Amino acid sequence: MANLIDLTLSDLVNKVKSKEISSKEITSTYIDRSKQSKKLNAYVEETFDRALKSSEKFDTKPDFKKKLPGIPLAVKDLFCTKNVKTTASSKILENFIPSYESTVTENLWNEGAILIGKLNCDEFAMGSSNETSHFGNVISPIDDNLVPGGSSGGSASALAAKLTPATIGTDTGGSIRQPASFTGIVGLKPTYGSCSRYGIVAFASSLDQAGPMTRDVKDCALMLEVMSSFDPKDSTSINFKRPNYSSNLNINIKGKKIGIPKEYRVDGMTSEIEKLWEKGKNYLKDCGAEIIDISLPHTNYALPAYYIVAPAEASSNLARYDGVKYGFRADGENLIDMYEKTRSQGFGDEVKRRIMIGTYVLSSGYYDAYYLKAQKVRKLIKNDFDNAFNKVDAILTPSTPSSAFKIGDKKDDPVSMYLNDIFTVPVNLAGLPGISIPAGLDKNNYPLGLQIIGKPFDEQGILDIAYSMEEKINFKLKTNDWWIK
Amino acid sequence: MSKDQYLIEKNGNKYEVIIGLEVHAQVLSDSKLFSTSATKFGSEPNTQVSLVDAAFPGMLPVINEFCVRQAVKTGIGLNAKINKKSIFDRKNYFYADLPQGYQISQYKDPIVGEGTVVLDLPSGPKTIGIERLHLEQDAGKSIHDIDPTSTLVDLNRSGVALMEIVSKPDLRSPEEVNLYIKKLRSIMRYLGTCDGNMQEGSLRADVNVSVRKVGSDKLGTRCEIKNVNSIKFMQMAIEYEANRQAELLEEGNAVDQETRLFDTKKNKTRPMRSKEDAHDYRYFPDPDLLPLEFDDQFIENIKKEIPELPDQKKNRFIEKFKLSPYEATILVSDLDTSKFFEKVIEKSDVKLSANWITGELFALLNENNLEIAESPISPENLSKLINLISNGTISGKIAKTIFEIMSKEDKDPNIIVEEKGLKQESDPKALEDLIQKVLNSNEDKVNEYKSGKDKLFGFFVGQVMKESKGKGNPQMINKILKDKLNG
Repeated sequence: MANLIDLTLSDLVNKVKSKEISSKEITSTYIDRSKQSKKLNAYVEETFDRALKSSEKFDTKPDFKKKLPGIPLAVKDLFCTKNVKTTASSKILENFIPSYESTVTENLWNEGAILIGKLNCDEFAMGSSNETSHFGNVISPIDDNLVPGGSSGGSASALAAKLTPATIGTDTGGSIRQPASFTGIVGLKPTYGSCSRYGIVAFASSLDQAGPMTRDVKDCALMLEVMSSFDPKDSTSINFKRPNYSSNLNINIKGKKIGIPKEYRVDGMTSEIEKLWEKGKNYLKDCGAEIIDISLPHTNYALPAYYIVAPAEASSNLARYDGVKYGFRADGENLIDMYEKTRSQGFGDEVKRRIMIGTYVLSSGYYDAYYLKAQKVRKLIKNDFDNAFNKVDAILTPSTPSSAFKIGDKKDDPVSMYLNDIFTVPVNLAGLPGISIPAGLDKNNYPLGLQIIGKPFDEQGILDIAYSMEEKINFKLKTNDWWIK
Repeated sequence: MSKDQYLIEKNGNKYEVIIGLEVHAQVLSDSKLFSTSATKFGSEPNTQVSLVDAAFPGMLPVINEFCVRQAVKTGIGLNAKINKKSIFDRKNYFYADLPQGYQISQYKDPIVGEGTVVLDLPSGPKTIGIERLHLEQDAGKSIHDIDPTSTLVDLNRSGVALMEIVSKPDLRSPEEVNLYIKKLRSIMRYLGTCDGNMQEGSLRADVNVSVRKVGSDKLGTRCEIKNVNSIKFMQMAIEYEANRQAELLEEGNAVDQETRLFDTKKNKTRPMRSKEDAHDYRYFPDPDLLPLEFDDQFIENIKKEIPELPDQKKNRFIEKFKLSPYEATILVSDLDTSKFFEKVIEKSDVKLSANWITGELFALLNENNLEIAESPISPENLSKLINLISNGTISGKIAKTIFEIMSKEDKDPNIIVEEKGLKQESDPKALEDLIQKVLNSNEDKVNEYKSGKDKLFGFFVGQVMKESKGKGNPQMINKILKDKLNG
């Protein structure tokens, strides 16, 4: 048998069901490896003891009908987990222990999964390198001193380093797909309304979506199948028929029409990315798909619009962290003084920057010029995609304009940091599903990803395309466990 | 311009007072606007608070359809336009009793648009325009006087559904404000959409006041007086504020647009914040909620639940029962009063019932400071009492005696009549005997009467009544007495 740690989630599930491996074996193996991997700083909270007990309990009375039978999973620390500290990687929630469970994680546990810990991320999911976390930056297993991307950087790092067989993240402007691309894994952001936002610490409510991060496309389909549900507790949750993504997975994509948007050939894109995209087209052709040039004319306005809408919503969403009810409180002379001190000390620089931008664009006299205009742009971007999807089944783009960068490289240059999200942001603005799959390496052997964007609710379609491409690309993530030795 | 117009006079200049009201009416609902927490008044602090109400991370609002129906119902009662699509916005500001850091409200697209409320003024009906009605969340309560060093927060009210009903600046006097609030309250109580209890804070209002010289058609600068929680204080605040503004103008100063508070101890308004310090609420559509949409059928179904409202009831009382507009207005002004009245007239004479309710019963209630729902006399027993009068069993005078007994114990008046032997004497033979007895013992007076001293008739009536211990049927006594004296 191959090394347990190298098995995909789907393989593990099968082996548990065929009683080849016990939940405890898997759980303890992942816990041991996680313990050896502290250097990556992927975890912010470990629930190892609890997880071991749960796995023993599972093994005593195993339920093999579950989709994730006794499978240990670490999850991004943006998901509220009952009786387990949930911080959003912020000082302001440093000691916050929810009394409730997010719907998405609840769905995982209901299918037999076991929580082994909470994973580091950018503070309140604001960042593209996991450098804004109050608990320190996360290191990518790809190379020492390399960022894993963000905001789901802990999730990407933990998955790529094999500290968890699969994981989940949240994606507001690329927070699943960009780190997936940087670390050579699969990451999917579902259609807005597919996964419930209930119990997820909110960043930008109209953009936030939870999604799976996995080693391969099949695992991704399985995870999505478990995570996605209609939830009356989230008014933006959509009641549509959710297919069994994993069993429906179809490798045959012959005749599918794939659009290549010319506007995604942006300034500053490396030739490596250019080549990767070209390779992607060829893989698709090899799979029998038809390549069609399309135009998404308002692409250029997506990033500015995103950096108005997202901070606007964030500035309001984060107002509840005021030191009054829960979380960190700094003493003050009076109420206003307490607010100022609590929020000054409790939030990091990037969060403050976005609160200030958001407050500014919503203030009277600026609202029309910024927020309202950004909403109009958003509509135009959605229309661009709608028009494109009249001609094609899906769209292929690079996931990011470059590969992963070194820790500290972009920390003091927010605009260059924000440019990381240039290919992922339009997908959030339009509420579409998008998946990033590993597609190659750059000259430093750092992974590069390709993104497939689908029609609303056509997760199955993009999973099929990804599944088909995956076979042709045959990407193998190589890490030499340098952080353990 | 009518003579009884309310004007402020300064140095011989007359000022008209322009008033607009923003009424906050708590929606009558067992649960909150966006959560399932209870809304019971007077519960222990922080016992009706869900994770949503306390704004825990990741918690999301879910609209309570019942509250939406209540708002639509109220809109229909205000003859208003119902908007099939409305939008919830966030009104952002920081305060300790505002857990989310924003209030979910409706800003540009409210659920209800323009409507009307008709006031019954002594000079005739006056229509007051309604600008809009929107749904919003209430905040919690900050309590400053329990702990000497800290402010305590009670979130029981946090998230409770309110309807903000904004009037047009159509009100012109404290009395009109009084009538407007009472009418609004009455309509909502008829509809069952707000209990209108001002003491418990179910009905509060912000008052916008400005003045202008009589004859001018330009609106003056207004001041908003926040959260005045009784009609009396509202009237006092308007009176004070109108005088203050008129004085400022007389002195050649301008009125600053500002928010003011009414100090109930000094009976004065004082500035709270000026326009420059006004909050920038940074309204924007709440991304956690979809636009609120419903179809015509939804509205039609609610229309079917609309009961007869005060104005319709009043017209019916006037037309069907021939009541005077004055009586009808009084009887319909309060839902419980109209219910009481309609219960009584199920079996009793309408005119007598109206008289007894607006007369004796109201006096009794006033004297004891009771609401009609707390009336010590049940409508059933009042109806029986009235019937005893109508069928001649007792006189009106005896009825008052029985009414007084009933006010102490709500007993069937038939039983009281039996027990106390108060039945009216209507037997002509018995009365004739009594009358003869009185005439016999007052022969001198009889002679005086016969020689032209007509006024003595009353004396004989009184004597006969006395002889009958008040039980003699007055009409019959009159008749027999007249026959005997004149015959």
